[in-house]
Formats: sequence, structure tokens, C-alpha cells
Amino acid sequence: MKKIKVLTLAETSDGEIVSESFELLAWARSLLETEESEGESSASSEKPQLEVISILPGKAHHPEELCYRGADRVIHLVQDEFQHFLPEVYRYALLEIIEREKPDVFLASATTTGRTIMPYLASKLRTGLTADCTKLRYDIETGKLLQTRPAVGGNVMATIKTVFGNVQMATVRPNSMRTPDSDSSRMVQIESLEFPPEKLRSKVRFLKREDFDKGESLHDARIIVSGGKGLKKAENFKLIEELAKHLGAGVGASREAVDRGWITYPHQVGLSGKTVTPEIYIAIGISGAIQHLAGMQSAESIISINIDPDAQIFSVSDFGIVGDLFEILPRLIEKLKERKKRAPEAER
Amino acid sequence: MKLAVLIKHVPETDNLKIDEKKGTVVRKGVESIINPLDLYAIEEALRIKEKHPPASITLVSMGPPDAEKSLREAIAMGCDSAILITGREFSGSDTYATSLVLSRVLKKTGNYDIILCGERATDGDTSQVGPAVASFLDLPVLTYVSRVELSDNEVEVDRIVEEGIETYSASLPVLLTISKAIGVPRLPTLKGKKRAKSASIKYVHFDKSLFSPGETGLEGSPTMVVKLFRPVVKRKSVILKPRNEKEIDESIERLIDFISERVEL
Repeated sequence: MKKIKVLTLAETSDGEIVSESFELLAWARSLLETEESEGESSASSEKPQLEVISILPGKAHHPEELCYRGADRVIHLVQDEFQHFLPEVYRYALLEIIEREKPDVFLASATTTGRTIMPYLASKLRTGLTADCTKLRYDIETGKLLQTRPAVGGNVMATIKTVFGNVQMATVRPNSMRTPDSDSSRMVQIESLEFPPEKLRSKVRFLKREDFDKGESLHDARIIVSGGKGLKKAENFKLIEELAKHLGAGVGASREAVDRGWITYPHQVGLSGKTVTPEIYIAIGISGAIQHLAGMQSAESIISINIDPDAQIFSVSDFGIVGDLFEILPRLIEKLKERKKRAPEAER
Repeated sequence: MKLAVLIKHVPETDNLKIDEKKGTVVRKGVESIINPLDLYAIEEALRIKEKHPPASITLVSMGPPDAEKSLREAIAMGCDSAILITGREFSGSDTYATSLVLSRVLKKTGNYDIILCGERATDGDTSQVGPAVASFLDLPVLTYVSRVELSDNEVEVDRIVEEGIETYSASLPVLLTISKAIGVPRLPTLKGKKRAKSASIKYVHFDKSLFSPGETGLEGSPTMVVKLFRPVVKRKSVILKPRNEKEIDESIERLIDFISERVEL
């Protein structure tokens, strides 16, 4: 039986492999699942085998983790040129690797890097690319990758296939798949691949990086508290920040709140901002226009507080309170403070 | 300095409503506008033009004939000329075919020093066209750009990425995709509006010297939509409507329980 070869693009941050890259391995491993067998990992005898190969650009402290979490093989690009994201250098290396490996499928996360390198690469490969998929299945009969993604702001889902081109390429939405556990009994196979330095020249040079303060970054927040137009003015936005602080949450905002200058753009969630997938998303004073829903409706749980009982946001919420946020938020913050004070006593 | 800005004419998503019964988007009465995120690319191009004269900005768009409206609006903001690629041969193009078409027209119409695009379009939401065009033209690409500094044939930019801001430099020519963080786009001026009214838009139609048959539109698109469906909403909504102080307090207690059952506080 034919082997189905899947390449995934891993990413690192300060030498640590990011969780999205482990999620990609879960995506790759689940490609052959059918609706009935969903969740089962044991491959039946009729199923073709999957071979999952992770490409890891840049030096990483623990490349073997990719094997522990589902990769059969790691191609580690250890030259200095791969330390930062230089699209031309990445493209050259990936084209070489694809030429050698001839994969059926190539996956990356829909991160800033993934969303840049994948179209940059697909043009050269003359193949299709589907962005930000929320479901992927490999149809054994036809050999086609069925790529499902939200369209029209997430109100319609579209399933897409690649009709020509040798490699079927997709980026997948971060945080929409559980990170696979690390199993150190799995076999480790790491190849350090080097290229002639003259092939790795780039017109782009990396100069420096400044990290956001903790809490400013939304992409790994477990809870996000977002505020919208209902906050009425800039100083009221502090209520959102204070609530976020007591919940250990990231701060998000609707486009209106950002456009009014209440908070900066990196916090904006929605079609013209970020797509977030936290465990809990709390929308406060946000009516729930498609613009906003598109960026948050794949959160695991959604809570909303809005004064308008007909607000669209309630239709995507798991838990909602119809009421005045100026009455609710101060009390909620107060109760969270009390809870914290009580907690140490309870431990005793 | 020759600048090009790629823009897309998109349905205005702000006022889109969902037909709750049919579960589809109500398109009736929805106007099409310049992709809101393209305004930032236009703004950055205008800033470069002001700081580094002489410079000209050419707008390039592929879309239906009424995309002319968006092009005129961008001219009213201060851009110099516009090219509209239109015709049934182009309709149904996916991001690959769109990028191929745009890159051919860009290659034919001028040697641009900087090509600017919005970070993505609010309708397709892919972010793919900018990098793909750069690749077809063999240009370096820098995406999610929040600051641009230009000097001596070189550009220095900040990029907003997941965990912070990275600074890069690149030699020209280059393609940049511009993030909203660069600042507020200007409004069209009265003088600009007058000029936009009389400005002539250059139309590009399917032309065998530029494209081979089958290279554009649905035929030229490696991806194909095979199914459209309404997502199953799995949420079990509990919506509380507290009517008095006591009920408000109870609602808040339940809200805290809801959170703490899911994430350790």
C-alpha cells in the first residue's frame, strides 16, 4: 500500500519549538481519520501508512521533541541563515526539500511566518494553497486533501481541494487542535541538512526583535477579555484591563474600540484584526458583527455581557448576561478579588 | 520612485447581517468598498511619496467593472493613476491565479521600486496574494509591516509578529504588506475628489500577449471549492436576564463558576 507523505513546517522562538508546530503533527496524524473513526488513532490494516516529516528551520534545543510528538523524521536546518525568517532563504530550502522528498501534502500553521512563506512557495511550485483551515481530511480513493475553512466571516464553511499541482498545501488555524503528548519511547530520526551558503543569500536582512510585554500577546492566552463600543469611552476601557488582570487573561478589543483609540491595534480581534482561539473568550459591550465574530467564534467557550438582548453576540455564546456592563463589571472584579483573598485560607 | 498599490474591491462586511432562517449572509443592499485593510497600504504609499519626491503611485486592481469606484476613491486620497484588470476570463480566480494575473500586469506596466498591499482582504481573509505576487516577480517580501523607513535604495521595516516586533531591512525593489498599525489613513480631499472624477482608469482585458488560455479564472486556479455548508453551532447557550440586584449577583456567581470550571483561576 502506498505511503502518504506529509511535510510540516516547524517554527521556533528563542530556540524552543512553538506549540503550533506540535499541533501540526496532530493535524498530520489525523488526516486519514473518517467521521466514524474520529478520535481513534489505531490504524486499520487497510489504511495506507502516513509518513510525517517535520522541517525545522533554525537551531532548536530539542528537535527530538518533534519525533516524540508524532514526526517520523525531522529535517533540521541548522545554518545561521535559518535563524530568522528570511522568505527567500526559506523558499530555496523548502523547494529543495520538496524536490527530494516529493510529499503529497505540505502543512504549516497560519502564523505570520506560515501565511507568508506558504504562498511565496506555492507560486514557485505552481500549486494551490488554502489558508487557515479548520478541518483537513485526506481522501484515500482520490488522493485528494479536503481542506475546510471558514468563508464569509465564518458563517459559511467551504471545503476546497487542489485540482492541479503536485503538492497539496494548506495552512491551519493555530490552537484548533490539541497539542499531542510527548512520548519519549518513539523513535528519533533527525537529519541536519545544509546547503551551499551562496544559495542562501537574501535581499532581506534581520536586524532586531523586541518582544511584547507579557499579556500584550493574545496568541497564547487561555482567556481573552475583549471590550467594544459598549464601553462608551477610553477611560472605561480600564475596566476590561482590570478584569483581564484578575483573570490572568489577555486583553482584546473590537474594531470600534481600536478605531476610537481606546487600545492599540495588536489587541484587535476580528476580520481586520487577529483570529484568536482561547479556551474562554469574554466579549463585553460587543454587539457581535460578522467583522468581530470571524475572529473569535472558534474559541472553545464564549461568554458575553451586553445590554441589548437581541445582540448577535448572544447567538454564538455559551453563557451570556443581558445587562449593564457598568453595573456588572465592578461587582465581578470585586468578587474575583474576594475569591483570591479566600483562596489561601481554603488551602489551609 | 515608482510605487504600486494593489487594492481589492470587497463587499462591506461591517453591516453584513445573517439571515437566521436560511443561515446565509444577506447580500442585498450591501455595498462594495475598498478592502479596509488596503487603505493602510495606500496611506503608507502616500507617505513615501511625500517624503521622497519625485514619486508616483499606480493602483492596480483585478475585479468587476464597478471596482472603478474603489480606484477613484484611492485616487481621491492622492494616488496618481489606476489600472483595472477586468473581464469574465478572470472571474473565479483563486489566490494563485489572481497573483499570477497581477504579477504579469505589474511586470508589463513598469519597474516598480516598492509594491504595497494590505495585510489581507476582509472577504477572502487569506493574506496570500501579496507574498504570491512577490514570488511570481522574484521580489523579496516583508509582511505585516508596521513602520517603513526608506533610504538610499533600501528599506527598513518593523513587522508585527506573534510575540513582538521584528526589524528587517531589504534592498529595493521589494513588496510590502502593510498592517493597520502604521497609523490612520487620510481621507480624500476635495481637490482629490475632483481629480478622481476626471482621472482616466486604464483597463486591462484578457490579452494573449500577457496570458495563455487557461491561465486565469477558474481554469487557472489550482484550488476548487467542492462544498459550501453552514457550520453546525454546537453551543448550548445559557443567557441570563437578571432583573434586580440580587439576580445580578447570582448571574455573576454563575459566570465565575462557568469560568472556573474550565480554567483554573
